[in-house]
Amino acid sequence: MRINSKRFAAGAALALVATLGLAACGSDDDGGSDGGGGGGDKTTVTFLPKNLGNPYFETSDAGGKKAVEEFGGTFAEVGPDTAGPDAQVSYIDTAAAQGVNALIVSANDPTALCDSLNAARDAGTKVVTFDSDTDPECRDLFINQATAEGIAKVQVDMIAEQIGDAGEIAILSAAANATNQNAWIDLIEEDLAANHPNIKLVDTVYGDDDDQTSFDKTAALLADHPNLKGIVSPTTVGISAAARYLSTSASKGKVALTGLGTPDQMRDYVKDGTVTEFALWNPEELGYLSAYAGKALADGDITGAEGDTFEAGDLGEFTVGADSTVLLGDPFRFNAENIDEFHF
Amino acid sequence: MSTATPVAPAAAESRTYAAYSRSLLARLLLNREAAVIAALVVVFVYALGNVQYFDGPLTIYNLLKEYAPILLMALPMTLIIVTGEIDLSVASTLGASAAITGVLVVDHDLSVPSAAVVAIVVGALLGALNGFFVAYVGLPSLAVTIGSLALYRGLAEGLIQDKRISGFPGALRTWPTERIGDTQYPNIIIPIIVLAVLFGLLLHFTSFGRSVFEIGLSDEAAHFSGVNVARTKLILFTLSGAVAALAGVYVALKSNSVATDTGAGFELKVIAGVLLGGVSIFGGRGALHGVIAGVLLIAVLNSALQLDGQGSEVIQIIIGLLLVGSVIASNFLPRIRALLPRRAVTPEVTSKTPVNGDHTRKVAQ
Repeated sequence: MRINSKRFAAGAALALVATLGLAACGSDDDGGSDGGGGGGDKTTVTFLPKNLGNPYFETSDAGGKKAVEEFGGTFAEVGPDTAGPDAQVSYIDTAAAQGVNALIVSANDPTALCDSLNAARDAGTKVVTFDSDTDPECRDLFINQATAEGIAKVQVDMIAEQIGDAGEIAILSAAANATNQNAWIDLIEEDLAANHPNIKLVDTVYGDDDDQTSFDKTAALLADHPNLKGIVSPTTVGISAAARYLSTSASKGKVALTGLGTPDQMRDYVKDGTVTEFALWNPEELGYLSAYAGKALADGDITGAEGDTFEAGDLGEFTVGADSTVLLGDPFRFNAENIDEFHF
Repeated sequence: MSTATPVAPAAAESRTYAAYSRSLLARLLLNREAAVIAALVVVFVYALGNVQYFDGPLTIYNLLKEYAPILLMALPMTLIIVTGEIDLSVASTLGASAAITGVLVVDHDLSVPSAAVVAIVVGALLGALNGFFVAYVGLPSLAVTIGSLALYRGLAEGLIQDKRISGFPGALRTWPTERIGDTQYPNIIIPIIVLAVLFGLLLHFTSFGRSVFEIGLSDEAAHFSGVNVARTKLILFTLSGAVAALAGVYVALKSNSVATDTGAGFELKVIAGVLLGGVSIFGGRGALHGVIAGVLLIAVLNSALQLDGQGSEVIQIIIGLLLVGSVIASNFLPRIRALLPRRAVTPEVTSKTPVNGDHTRKVAQ
């Protein structure tokens, strides 16, 4: 009995393992062609976001898909479930083995992906980074969503328009040592001093990118500065918490709020009149441009050298800047007219 | 299976011990390890022929490079699970070791080999701490290592804070992932093969290895037959910590980057590979070659499915099903089989199994 059982178990295990494995591989053959196809004449473009299921990257990858369909290439989107530092490595390795023409990556880590990206480039794949760059020597091109100057300027312009270019404003930032925000705030201060003499920046507070802290700091700002006419919050957490406070306070509609936010977080506050306009880059255009940049590299139209120019469909012509970087353009302004077109 | 049926009862009549009741060939070929190896070969050959790009020059290299830490940690994990214990903290130990390596090499300019030695010693101590609580305090390893999973990950976070450590110095950093000559094999497989042979010898050809199996079958019986149960477990957990730390050094060098979540979630891949490789989660049964095949089977499946353009959800589902299927096959099918009407059962064997429950347990092993 023991003998039979053991043999049965072994046989059953073998059968199970084998059928599962085979069924897995076999069933893929029908739908598997979208993964690669480097041998064909169509340009294959693979998008590798930081992680799947992230609305921001779903929007950018949709833009990439649109571009790839326009130029008749083959689009694929792959990615890890979580944004660990080297979670993307196996996907890069796979794309390299598949010989895809262009790999469009938003890097989870600037150095951890380098060896794999360079192996892919040695195998002939062109690497474009977007949203988050790697070290420059590991990619052919970086599509920059916005410059610090552009981000600072759009926020100053918006607040100036909304408060009539005069009055007291305050800034609700992220953490006090947040590198990006501090760089932007410095530029905002310069721009205000140079071009908007009647706007007075009275206070800068830090909500630590925490919803409750940002909420409380907004309340304190309004209490401390009764003449406050506007708040600029260059962080998505800050602007939504401030909007939540304002929308239920007496200052709603009197104190302007603008900054950097996402349409999903801000939709309600734009519709109820708390917020007139806020900005961010348009991730769909970012993906769209990245795909065209990948194609231009793969076709050999450009090499990523400074001064190279290429056409990106509806967005027009782009020029490669220093450090093999292409700038998407000015940040995109979201307001009541266009906010329903965006879901991220 | 029907072809071998006439041989087996005849052999059983002439031999006393169940383990020797079959011919050598049957014992070598009709077991779970052989089944996993066969499955590995089948999937590999199938993928070579049917999955585009699987036969490319990067596939095997990438696969070994990515699964090297899993293979390493699976070696001591096999021994631990054979004793009926488990070590869930390996990935956190790996993370702590990667953090130590990063801090020592990048921030304190220590050479890579000396940092690696420090990391491995610390890893061994972390493992020994687990072993102490399991073996001498007598706490269940599941609880102890869930605790240390969080504790050692916290240690890594404390060491490197929120920053990311990168910029390991050149030559030694790339050695583990460089190819051996023009082959598809990265250098890291050399230490893996050496360790696999050592752990294989330890488990299958030494009295220490036999005591590991005895502990898995019954702690008490092992104790009364002269096995130092506590010391054996302490040694195993220490080895596990040291090997996980070695894997941590490798991961740090491979990525040229250490973050607080380096290696997070690896423990489940390791345990999945060990169980798929035929080691019983209840202890007392398993073999190292099966485990290596189990890990490689997961690696090959993963690689083939990815190359075929499958999303991570499909891959996870298939590997999950495979694992559940293999556990079912090894634990429940023999029990179901035991309930069915028996045929060609020798009287001697049945008389040795007076209690039905006892019988199924023996079969399940």
